Amino acid sequence: MTTITESPETITEPARKPSFRISAEPLASHVPEGPIEQKWQTHKFEMKLVNPANRRRYNVIVIGSGLAGGTAAASLGELGYNVKCFCYQDSPRRAHSIAAQGGINAAKNYRNDGDSVYRLFYDTVKGGDFRSREANVYRLAEVSSNIIDQCVAQGVPFAREYGGLLDTRSFGGAQVSRTFYARGQTGQQLEIGAYQALSRQIAAGTVSMYSRHEMLELVVVEGRARGVVVRDMVTGEIESHVADAVIVCSGGYGNVFYLSTNARGCNATAIWRAHKKGAAFANPSYTQIHPTCIPRSGDYQSKLTLMSESLRNDGRVWVPIRPGDDRRPGQIPEDERDYYLERKYPSFGNLAPRDIASRAAKQVCDAGLGVGPGGLGVYLDFADSIHRLGEDLIRERYGNLFEMYERITGDDPYKTPMRIYPAVHYTMGGLWVDYNLMSTVEGLFVGGEANFSDHGANRLGASALMQGLADGYFVLPATVPNFLADHRHDGMNTERPEFKQAEADVRQRIDALLSINGSRSVDWFHRELGNLMWNLCGMARTEASLSEALVKIPKLRDEFWRDVRVLGENETINQSLERAGRVADFLELGELICLDALHRTESCGGHFREESQTEDGEALRDDESFAYVAAWQYDGKDRPPVLRQEQLEFEYVHLATRSYK
Amino acid sequence: MMNLTLKVWRQKNAADKGRFVTYKAADVNEHMSFLEMLDVVNEDLIARSEDPIAFDSDCREGICGTCGFVINGIAHGPNRATTVCQLHMRFFKDGDEITMEPWRATAFPVLKDLMVSRSAFDRIIQAGGFISESVGGAPDGNAVPVSKEIADRAMDAATCIGCGACVAACPNGSAMLFTAAKLGHLNLLPQGQPERYKRVRNMTAQQDAEGFGHCTNHGECEAVCPKEIGITFIAMLNKDFRKSAFHG
Repeated sequence: MTTITESPETITEPARKPSFRISAEPLASHVPEGPIEQKWQTHKFEMKLVNPANRRRYNVIVIGSGLAGGTAAASLGELGYNVKCFCYQDSPRRAHSIAAQGGINAAKNYRNDGDSVYRLFYDTVKGGDFRSREANVYRLAEVSSNIIDQCVAQGVPFAREYGGLLDTRSFGGAQVSRTFYARGQTGQQLEIGAYQALSRQIAAGTVSMYSRHEMLELVVVEGRARGVVVRDMVTGEIESHVADAVIVCSGGYGNVFYLSTNARGCNATAIWRAHKKGAAFANPSYTQIHPTCIPRSGDYQSKLTLMSESLRNDGRVWVPIRPGDDRRPGQIPEDERDYYLERKYPSFGNLAPRDIASRAAKQVCDAGLGVGPGGLGVYLDFADSIHRLGEDLIRERYGNLFEMYERITGDDPYKTPMRIYPAVHYTMGGLWVDYNLMSTVEGLFVGGEANFSDHGANRLGASALMQGLADGYFVLPATVPNFLADHRHDGMNTERPEFKQAEADVRQRIDALLSINGSRSVDWFHRELGNLMWNLCGMARTEASLSEALVKIPKLRDEFWRDVRVLGENETINQSLERAGRVADFLELGELICLDALHRTESCGGHFREESQTEDGEALRDDESFAYVAAWQYDGKDRPPVLRQEQLEFEYVHLATRSYK
Repeated sequence: MMNLTLKVWRQKNAADKGRFVTYKAADVNEHMSFLEMLDVVNEDLIARSEDPIAFDSDCREGICGTCGFVINGIAHGPNRATTVCQLHMRFFKDGDEITMEPWRATAFPVLKDLMVSRSAFDRIIQAGGFISESVGGAPDGNAVPVSKEIADRAMDAATCIGCGACVAACPNGSAMLFTAAKLGHLNLLPQGQPERYKRVRNMTAQQDAEGFGHCTNHGECEAVCPKEIGITFIAMLNKDFRKSAFHG
């Protein structure tokens, strides 16, 4: 499945640089037949099972211990498979799933407000700007209720009402109240639930846990994923592990932008290594930029912190009307302020959707109206609400967020407006998977943010947690055994030449990084890449900016391999070496992101091409040309990637323009 | 802008004896987080071809629990309810001397510089810090009502991020606040009742086996906990532990 056969229909794209080839070989999504409401049930019955007594003979590798990976490992362990789980953190409890604040969606209809599986499905397809696969999204909505049941049973302390039943709240992109939450740390509590389930299996001996281990290579034997090569981040030991199936749940790649709301360690190495071994990478340019983050304060900035979107319920966004106005915000009179969201989007005002609000902030800052250091910030002002509702009510609603803001910036938002700016938050793109969550490499499954499957071109709030747990608790534990049932254990071992070659490749790359001894640090290159990505492939993209990026990124990559300085050795804890490997991969992925963004001349969801907008500046889709998933296949060093297309059919939710007016 | 003197614990690996090394940090911006200040120091060290200071961190928003070391004798530094990654340099002043050393506890061996291994915490959870419920058998989420007071109290305990500051601050190197937080979370909820007493016995036995000390009610753990988890949960642990003698 991994080789591209050139068919007569293969077209070469001559006009664009660098070029890419289009393969006419279709991508089989393996969506089951039948009405959408019955697909998953039918498929579950038709899938093969493995006899309980035989399960322990099968080895499954899981990369990542977040909501998707942790729960996939735990669930397969519960079923009796022999699981090895790897994570780069010092404990499987710390995956970046912990950072999600808001909540998790589920179509429980506990509110009697008209929610249903179908409505959650509909909202998600529409919210994704019609660039996701209907059957996958329907299944996600279908299992959402089971997720809540499962989490409650394992002791996740969801918010409760006085009657003792589960509380919910409303979230963006929906008119029903279907978001379950645990204070402002829903992700943390769900991750701890997953971690506890995983810990139980570790104690039971079904799961072997490898913390502080990083996957550096996927091993493919005869076209099938048969294992991984990992580095022990404490001893530097390079180890091979063999498996009958490999599941990658290594999260998103937002850190290609250097500054993002992702954790420092989040990286694309696992999926990028898999990509280079044959797994197609789908829609890499679909990145979500969240409008309300604390702006950067200087060049030393290491990450960006999200402030919950809920603040826009009571905060008003504005900038001074005069460029370079450096008076304190309180001294700028009302008639010298531009409440630009209220002006441009009178019906939605400050609650305009994420992509609109982000782009609007960029526009005013580009026009020189931004506030704070570097002019990259806008005010989010609570003075009106405090005046109208009183400070106590505002404290009750947002007290913890205000405290967090003050801890980071030193400013008191009760007295002076917050400064906010958009930041990279989530990546909808990822490795292409079929309905079974299997990639284009046989036996390689991908779950959570690492795959592309459910959010199309834009993810709705509170849907990331839902997807991670759906994949890990319910989908993978059904589809992976179906694959294993057809692939008897065959005595595969790490003495095979493919394992030896993969280990040698890993060692060679590490040696290369350690021997360059150039003049610039790894972080310097990462920041440079981030600046290129943000400025040329960020909130607004043009043919010119993307073409520029496609010239500059390869140059920076060459410079990296000539001039990076990685001190120390492999056989010890070496954080520079860890980062160097990740940045080397980001430098390749960044180029593919820009190529994908250049080829998709339409705007959709988080991907905004300035050439494709309506008169009002809204994203303008081109369904005729682009209603497909762009899955990029690696075709060897110095050869352009190959584009494979999966046409998207919208049988149930009909293609329509998203309107926010 | 300020100039600081940093006394940093440098230790090559677990076998190395380790020692304090003094560095100058010049032109430190007050808006930097403490870890960003160290990032800049590390960039300087790399420029001079010296081994950068190793420290753990990940989310840098105070929720993952990865970061943590002792600053001027206090776990996570001088600010209450704040992890090192959320501590900002505006709380220091020009000319300050800042001492940094890793968590010190028998059960947390130093791996390198300011990094320690906290795997002992994972093993305490593996000993019983869960509810034995496999996927598939869960009743409807609203089948078992939980009073808001109980749910909120369980949530107070569940906010533990497993950073290890409580152990580092305790004169006995005790993990009681960590263990008590997990027990408080699970033993308060109706779902956690069937395994309540087995859980307290197994988890406390595991913390003894890991080499953590015993609790003698100093309360230092509560003072440094970035999530402000209270020692009343330790009282609850002790009560459950005594009761467990009567539950086979």
